[in-house]
Amino acid sequence: MVTINLNGKEVEVPAGMNLVDAAALHGNEIPHYCYHPQLSVAGNCRMCLIEMGTPMRDRASGEAILNEDGSPKIGWVPKPVIGCATNVSAGMHVNTESENVKGCREGIMEFLLLNHPLDCPICDQAGECRLQEFATDYGRGYSRYTERKNVKPKRTRLGPRVTLDDERCILCSRCIRFSQEVAKDDVLGFIDRGSFSTLTCFPGRELANNYSLNTVDICPVGALTSTDFRFKMRVWFLKETKSICPESSAGCNTLVSSREGEIYRITPRRNDWVNDSWMTDSGRALYKSVKSKDRLLQCTSKGHLVKLDEAISEVIGLLNGSKLAVVGSARSTVEELHLLNLLCQKTKAKKFIRGHFGEDDGILLSADRTPNLRGALATGFSKTYPKNNLSDLNRALSKKQFDCLLVVHEDLLNGQVEEESLQGVKVIYMGTHRNPTSQLAHLVMPTLTSFEKSGSFINRGFFAQSFEQAVPGPAGLLPDALIFCKILEELDIGKRFSSDLKEIWKEMSKKTNSVFKGIGFSDLQKNPVLIDGSKWEGLPFAEKKALHYDPPVRIAESAGS
Amino acid sequence: MIKRKVAEERRIILKHADDPNYSNGIGCYLREGGYKILKKSFKLKPEQIGEEVMKSGVRGRGGAGFPAGMKWKFLDRKSGKPIYLICNADESEPGTFKDRQIIHKDPHQLIEGMMIAAYAIQAKQAFIYIRAEFFEGAKILDRAILEAKEKGFCGKNILGTDYSCDLVVHRGAGAYICGEETGLIESLEGKRPNPRIKPPYFPAVLGLYQCPTIVNNVETLCNVRHIMEMGGDAFSQIGKPNNTGTRIWCVSGHVRNPGYFEFECGALTMGEMIYDVCGGLEKGRSLQAIIPGGSSAKVLRADERFKGKLKDGSEFDWGINDIPLDFDGPMAAGSMSGSGGIIVMDDTVDMVEAMANVNAFYAHESCGQCTPCREGVLWMRKISQRMCSGQAREEDPDLLLSVANQIEGRTICAFGEAAAWPTQSFVSKFKDDFIRKAKKPTKKKSPLQLI
Amino acid sequence: MNLSKDTLEKIDAVISRYPEKRSASLMVIHLVQDELGAIDLEACEWIAQKLELQPINVRELITFYPMLREQPWGKKHVRVCRTLPCALRGSYATCKTLEKKLGVKEGHVSENGEYSLEFMECLADCGEGPVVMVGEETYENVDCKEAEKMADLLMKDKLEGSKKFVSYERNLVTDPPSKN
Repeated sequence: MVTINLNGKEVEVPAGMNLVDAAALHGNEIPHYCYHPQLSVAGNCRMCLIEMGTPMRDRASGEAILNEDGSPKIGWVPKPVIGCATNVSAGMHVNTESENVKGCREGIMEFLLLNHPLDCPICDQAGECRLQEFATDYGRGYSRYTERKNVKPKRTRLGPRVTLDDERCILCSRCIRFSQEVAKDDVLGFIDRGSFSTLTCFPGRELANNYSLNTVDICPVGALTSTDFRFKMRVWFLKETKSICPESSAGCNTLVSSREGEIYRITPRRNDWVNDSWMTDSGRALYKSVKSKDRLLQCTSKGHLVKLDEAISEVIGLLNGSKLAVVGSARSTVEELHLLNLLCQKTKAKKFIRGHFGEDDGILLSADRTPNLRGALATGFSKTYPKNNLSDLNRALSKKQFDCLLVVHEDLLNGQVEEESLQGVKVIYMGTHRNPTSQLAHLVMPTLTSFEKSGSFINRGFFAQSFEQAVPGPAGLLPDALIFCKILEELDIGKRFSSDLKEIWKEMSKKTNSVFKGIGFSDLQKNPVLIDGSKWEGLPFAEKKALHYDPPVRIAESAGS
Repeated sequence: MIKRKVAEERRIILKHADDPNYSNGIGCYLREGGYKILKKSFKLKPEQIGEEVMKSGVRGRGGAGFPAGMKWKFLDRKSGKPIYLICNADESEPGTFKDRQIIHKDPHQLIEGMMIAAYAIQAKQAFIYIRAEFFEGAKILDRAILEAKEKGFCGKNILGTDYSCDLVVHRGAGAYICGEETGLIESLEGKRPNPRIKPPYFPAVLGLYQCPTIVNNVETLCNVRHIMEMGGDAFSQIGKPNNTGTRIWCVSGHVRNPGYFEFECGALTMGEMIYDVCGGLEKGRSLQAIIPGGSSAKVLRADERFKGKLKDGSEFDWGINDIPLDFDGPMAAGSMSGSGGIIVMDDTVDMVEAMANVNAFYAHESCGQCTPCREGVLWMRKISQRMCSGQAREEDPDLLLSVANQIEGRTICAFGEAAAWPTQSFVSKFKDDFIRKAKKPTKKKSPLQLI
Repeated sequence: MNLSKDTLEKIDAVISRYPEKRSASLMVIHLVQDELGAIDLEACEWIAQKLELQPINVRELITFYPMLREQPWGKKHVRVCRTLPCALRGSYATCKTLEKKLGVKEGHVSENGEYSLEFMECLADCGEGPVVMVGEETYENVDCKEAEKMADLLMKDKLEGSKKFVSYERNLVTDPPSKN
């Protein structure tokens, strides 16, 4: 930590930190457009101009020069400097409130609005637009421009998910730097020059990579907008809920924006240890599954509609005395897996789980396409690394080892379980969407998607991260955890099982040698918590080196064999 | 009053430029003692050459006037990265046409100077960034480099030593911003020539390919050769303290004999240059204004008086004709000597149109990277153009001044100042012309159309 | 992409002289433009592939620099300087004269593709203004009267050998053949 003088006050900041970030730590906003903490510094918007001075040193001796009163003499830089290109050093003096700095900001605001179209009423960025915010806070308040504005292409298709309006663009180059440095897909550039510079792709190419919507997030104005979200909702009506992306084990932190129970968009949330400020486009599209036509909305038994309590009684009936196998899901939350594990212990059921794998893109879409495989390991539901299918279950079924199957969130027929093997087996299906397994199940109990419940996932870096309920689920549906508790209470009369997440974590941390020892759910709500994953070091984890993730060095052979 | 005798030209760099018996081939250069200084310099240690340049006090002739010896001292020699030398032959400052003469008429002088400089800084490779409009110039340089290579003055194992340095001619493509040193480096790397932010990208530390780089003007590098010939001390005796050596002044505009002239620094005053050397103005015309250092310099009114204290403490009280032609003189008068391009304007010139012409130049050449220059310069051009098409308003001069003040000091590179200074000076010094134009707006252009 | 063997050899030679391939961009673009007249999208992609870049990187350069073109100029390209020193000596009148004589507005190519006119920024020969470049030759002191005569010669294809209009380049002292 070093001490700097910020507007007359001595404050402590981490050494070498960027000045814009350091000032923000102490409640002092230095307005900026082109600076982004996770991209290289461009320094071209000039909005973060501030006055800066460093302690003067004698050229020859290197001794500090002092004032008459003994304080170090400060050599103020004659011109204002940009804060985003300055790293703090001991004894630095920074002035962000002088008349000169105010004049700089008014000037830059005026220049930015010069050729900017009067699009606020039709621009999606309104309400979260930095031009609006800084114009209100630091602008002059009136315009002196009476010439003609530049005309550039409007509402062009930059890619399948991104719409570009060149007139609104302030040429900050954040999107270009992002495409080059993070998405590693150098497809955007500026053509022409001066005030006529225009952002574009090469004719015939598109901004189509799986991170294209991040450019929409980082665009400080409404130049890059999401085609999916276009004109759907004004952002000030949206309620933002913290969530975790369930697409893969990367565990991107997200914000789910909803209004009156309907989700309008998902955007990434900044987490410097997991996903920086990014997430995949495919992860954002997952909110569409909430209102999909395939959604299971009512309990059915042998095809007839039943009420939920009737369904649960039927489940108890089926579980009692049968040879039970339970197929868990790596998409369930940590708490659900813990309760399911308890249920398996009580019914002495055999546990099966499969992994879903795909291509690892080395950034935020890991090879493991489930968000909580490590949760299954940590809760003890699975002791080994799951295969890509349920062939073990199929073999067991063909040997007639089970007569009842409780399936949570998995399509057996898609996992190498043959329909014939299921002959004579009573299948209980708990899930969110219709699939071949739910069609042939004896009893179907619909459950909630991750947007409709709270819980936690453990990501590839063994960070346990919690997410909150964003929207209420369809009427009458209960979260998995509550259903499991109800079943457990029937199986173990007299004992109470709580579906409250804090209580569940208390229980989990009580187990001997538990990796959850000392961690409460409220800890997770504040920050992601690193779980000790050393117990599973030898397992053949499928993920490759990616953003904020280094695969553990394995003593055994590589995962490919 | 006895008029003092007007100084004579002292042609050191342009010695053979207008000699009808001197061509730009290596034959003539060798005949006049060429490449002897290269041989002499290679017998010294590289640091010794740097010392001589430091002692000579030679200042950059590209416009900024920064001492070249000091620039070489800032070079990061400890990083282990290769060092590069770049010659800035992208002469695009309006009013300047001196490097053209050196390149077309005496290119071997430049090559010798560059090789000496490259040896002094132990450069791995040297580049000449020449503007694309000098088609013949690029061909002449290519030919000259081949001739020099054949004789071992350039390329591999220069003069039989184990120091090698290849010299590559790189053509630009018509952008003024490539004359800015970091813009030039970006252009040489094959990217858009957007100047870099300093700090941290000082060329002497993080230049071409993020390696230490020295960028010098053509005239400066030629001076290196002459410094090594006569010695740094002798060079520092030419001219005045802090303004050493000779400078090539390029006079254009409304004089009878415009052209390029090489004088010792401070040997001549502005008046002597215009009236004695260049034959004065056309008959019946009087001087209205002078721009002393290329269009980026602030304009000086003909009837202005300049008072103040010089660096050595002495006081001065000059009229426009008294300004000494060196680095510090025009600077003391509130402008700068820049690249040495003196533009003379007589009383037929409409000052508002002249400013509009200059603003249009800067608006066209702005790279567009940073906000104040990109938007502000175009705004100034739009205002000046509107003023010259009959729709001038009384609040326009104040608006122009306010916009120019908002650009100056807030940009990534000095282009912001270069664009703001002309407007600031024209508006402050010729305010009456602006007000008059607003009071009597007319679409009719003056006989001398400037915009 | 049909480039002559000569151009291809020159391109390879020039790329080898730079420490990094991307640095050769401008030189390669110049070589391609000298042969094809302009860099269209196909040429852009070819150059990008040659230099191991993305096509957008090359297009950024071509649209930035005024001398790099996506549409070719006419067979005889005339450039007139419009910046202050030449304007003070009458280059605007020169440009108007040339517009009228050549029948083409500045910034455009004539109907038959023969002539094009460009009113461009400082050509660095201000002392001899107004400066007019025809192709690669720089002609000095071309006021509007001279411009008329020059245009006449140009249209008759007699400008190059003219005794009256000698360009700056032709005026340079050439190597006397008897020496060296």
